[in-house]
Parts: sequence; structure tokens; C-alpha cells
Amino acid sequence: MGFLDTLLGRTKPVPPKLDDLFALPSAAITLEAGAGFKPTGSGSVCFRPVEGRSFSDVQKEVQELLDMSSGKEGGLPVEVTKDTYGFTWLVSSHLSDQVDALVTDLHAVNSSLVDAGFGPQLLCTLVAFRDDQERRLALIYLYKRGTFYPFAPLDGNNRDNALELQVKGVIGDDLKWEPDLGRWFPVWGAPGL
Amino acid sequence: MARTRYAPDRGLTARMTATMFLLGLVSVAFIALIIGIGAATHASDAVIVLFALVLGGGFAIGSLFYSDKIALSTAGAVEVTPQQQPELHGIVDRVCALADMPKPRVAIAQSPMPNAFATGRNADKSVLCVTTGLMNRLNTEELEGVIAHELSHVAHKDVQVMTIASFLAIVAALLVRFSFYGELFGGGRGRGGNNNNAFPILAIIMLVSIVVYAVSFLLIRMLSRYRELAADRSGALLTGQPSALKSALVKVSGDIARIPTRDLRAAQPLNAFFFAPALSLRGGKSLATMFSTHPSLERRLAELDKIQRQLNQGR
Repeated sequence: MGFLDTLLGRTKPVPPKLDDLFALPSAAITLEAGAGFKPTGSGSVCFRPVEGRSFSDVQKEVQELLDMSSGKEGGLPVEVTKDTYGFTWLVSSHLSDQVDALVTDLHAVNSSLVDAGFGPQLLCTLVAFRDDQERRLALIYLYKRGTFYPFAPLDGNNRDNALELQVKGVIGDDLKWEPDLGRWFPVWGAPGL
Repeated sequence: MARTRYAPDRGLTARMTATMFLLGLVSVAFIALIIGIGAATHASDAVIVLFALVLGGGFAIGSLFYSDKIALSTAGAVEVTPQQQPELHGIVDRVCALADMPKPRVAIAQSPMPNAFATGRNADKSVLCVTTGLMNRLNTEELEGVIAHELSHVAHKDVQVMTIASFLAIVAALLVRFSFYGELFGGGRGRGGNNNNAFPILAIIMLVSIVVYAVSFLLIRMLSRYRELAADRSGALLTGQPSALKSALVKVSGDIARIPTRDLRAAQPLNAFFFAPALSLRGGKSLATMFSTHPSLERRLAELDKIQRQLNQGR
């Protein structure tokens, strides 16, 4: 924020960074080779809905678009859930080896919202992974930062920080990691995880 | 390039600029006048002016650096961890991620009065505090609206802006006091050749300081009201839910009016950074508006209505 904006009490809404999301498929391969975590094929986009008709129209269009694309390949329809914080999650499910298709779906949501002028409402994208011991892991992409962080929930609102740091080490430079650990916020009970 | 739905409010910007310009004008006139007086009296009384400036600057810097600690201890607030308050931290996490700003420390004050404030000299050192009364009364989305409003204060650096704006008023108030005592005790003592001069000059300094204090006080209050509207605006645009903030404002304002006076007086010093002021002035409505640190509820609701329409423009 510039000096003048501070002086005048203005904040510019932060536009989302979309491109770094495409690093995900190659990182998924590294993750599977290095730590045994396989993608579950499900991923979700989380955004803050805006009240009023304009936004709900856009959301409906996005849903129809995704439903159409999933119908072609015999995939599951897109699931919409609202979490306790009032954020909307669009969950897209694919076969576990179709990370590319999943990322394309997620990107379709992003670009639709951005085109309609609602880009600043995007919060994060989540892609779920699992290993042989059924340990859960998510890679979360922060739109405003263009960075990733790992999230490994355990039972009862605890996080497996050791696993998260291990995953970060395994994937290494394949993804742009969020350097500020204070922004690795937990998403308990996120749909699709 | 996608078009934006988040256009700035030009009217608000213009009013805020005008207020700051006037405040700057008053400071320049004040300093020029004091220098003029000092030059005319061979600078014998300039010492108190210098002293007031240094002391006022010290106050301002001190309150800026310790604003978080002072505010937290005055409000009796304690910092809470994500384990203690997962829901509150969850809201703050999400609002910060939307706004792309570092997460502040989060504190809770045990008070039945529904209120919230954010303070600290910069975004990294800031602390956000909500009262238990606020958390009990509001639902998650309303609480999110209030938190987005408070974090907008942090983003707008309102603590710094208001401290700098208040600096002049502090100096003027100090000068009134000093020249008053100067007249009481200094007038009788021998002061060399300047003795018969001292009395009227101190009186002039005192008079000027009183006027400057009164004018800058009103301007600071006006600036504070504009900063509140700006924070409402940024907060509502951030969450995309002006209605949630509106309903929070209505709930909180209705409740605050019913709180007993003892609590109100105790909370008074913190008013400038509160979400809704706990002090309602009696008397003429226009007078109350002039002295208030926060805009009236009607005004805030009307501005939020505008944002609602703006967010909902056709595609």
C-alpha cells in the first residue's frame, strides 16, 4: 500500500495470483516418489461469497461449467459446501491419477471469478493426499500470496507439524512455499480433505 | 484485465484530504505564530515552547511505541492462543489471508460491553482485541465483519496517522498549562530587562494555544470519523458482506446505549480505537456529532448501503 493510500485510508483489494497453481502436478509426482503420499483426486477452491444476485449468478455459472466437464469423463459432479466461517468450497473430484485435470478444473473456477470481477474473494485452493497408513495431507495454495503450505490434520484439532515440515522438505523447490509460518493457518474439516 | 468492483470513494477521499489540509494549515500557522512571538520577545519565552514541543513529541512517540501494551492493560485484555480460541483465530486467519496481511496477535477482554479494537505501531506489531460481550452477541459472520473493520484500521495505519494528527493538540494543551503556571509564578520573579514584557506575552501564547487546541480538537475528531467510515468501507469490501457489518453495528449500538454509566467512564480513554464508541453525548444532536470520534449509526449504515449496491452492480 502506498503512502497516499495510507494517508487517505484506502485499501486496494488484492488480486489473486493464479499461475503458480500449475506447479502442482509435478510436485504431486515428487511427493509420491519421496514420501508415499498419493493424490486422492479431490481438490477444492475456497472463496468468500459476496452477498447479492451478481455473485450468486457467477457461482451458478461456474458450477454448471464444472458439471459439464466432469460429466464428459464420467466423473463426479461438483459439490458445493458452506463452512462454519461462511466461506464457500467448490469440491471437484477426479480419479487419483488425474491431477492435471483437477488443476484445470480449479483454474476454471479461479478464472471465472476473476473475469466477473470477484478475484479478490478467492481465499485458497486445497488438494488432498493420502498415504498407505491413511494419513491425511493437504497442499494449500494461497491466492493472495501465490504460495503453498502443507496441512496435515490429526484427530481432535491437532496438526502433524513434523509431517508438514517433512513434506515441505521432500517437495523442496518444486513449489513456492509460504515463508511466513504464521500464515499456515489450519482448515479443520475442509471439504474434500 | 478484469474490471474492478472495488472503486474508491472519491467523496470520502476529498473530505479526508480537506480535513488533513486544514489540520496542517493550523499547525503551520501555530508554529509560525510562536516563532514570531519568540522573535519579538528576544526568545526569552521560547524556552517553554521548545519544552512543550519536546515533551509533546515524547508523549506521541511513547504512546505510539507502547500503544499495544497500554491499550491491552487498560482494557484488561489477555492474549489467547489458537488452541484456546480456535474459532476466533480461524476468523482472523481467513480475513488476513484475504487481505494479504500478517496476522496480528489476538486478545480477549473480559467485559460485558460489546466492543473491539486493534492497535500497535505497525502491521507486524499489531494486536486485535475483542470483548467477551462482543463474542457472545454476534454470530460468526458479524464477528468477521467487525474483525475486518479493525484489521482495516491496521492496514490504514490509523494509530500512526491519529498520533501524528494529535501531536499538535498535545503541544497546544501543554502550552496552555505551562503559560498558565508561567503567569502565576513567573510574573512576580525578576526577569532582567524583560520583566514587564513577560505577562502579556505569556497571555498571548496561552490564548493562541487555546484557540489552536480547540480547532485542532474538532479537526481530529472529524478526521477520526472519516477514518472510521474508511475502515467500514474496506472491511465490507474485504468480506463482501456489508450486511453482516450492518447487523453487527445495529446490535452493538443498541446494546451499548443500555450499559450502565460506570462501565462507560472506565472505558472512555480507549474510545478512539474502538469499533463503536461507548460514550453518547447528551444535548444537541449536531453538537454531539461534531465532538464524536465515530460517525452516527445512520451515517455508517447509509455508507454501507452504497457499498452493497456497488458490489451488486450488473455484469
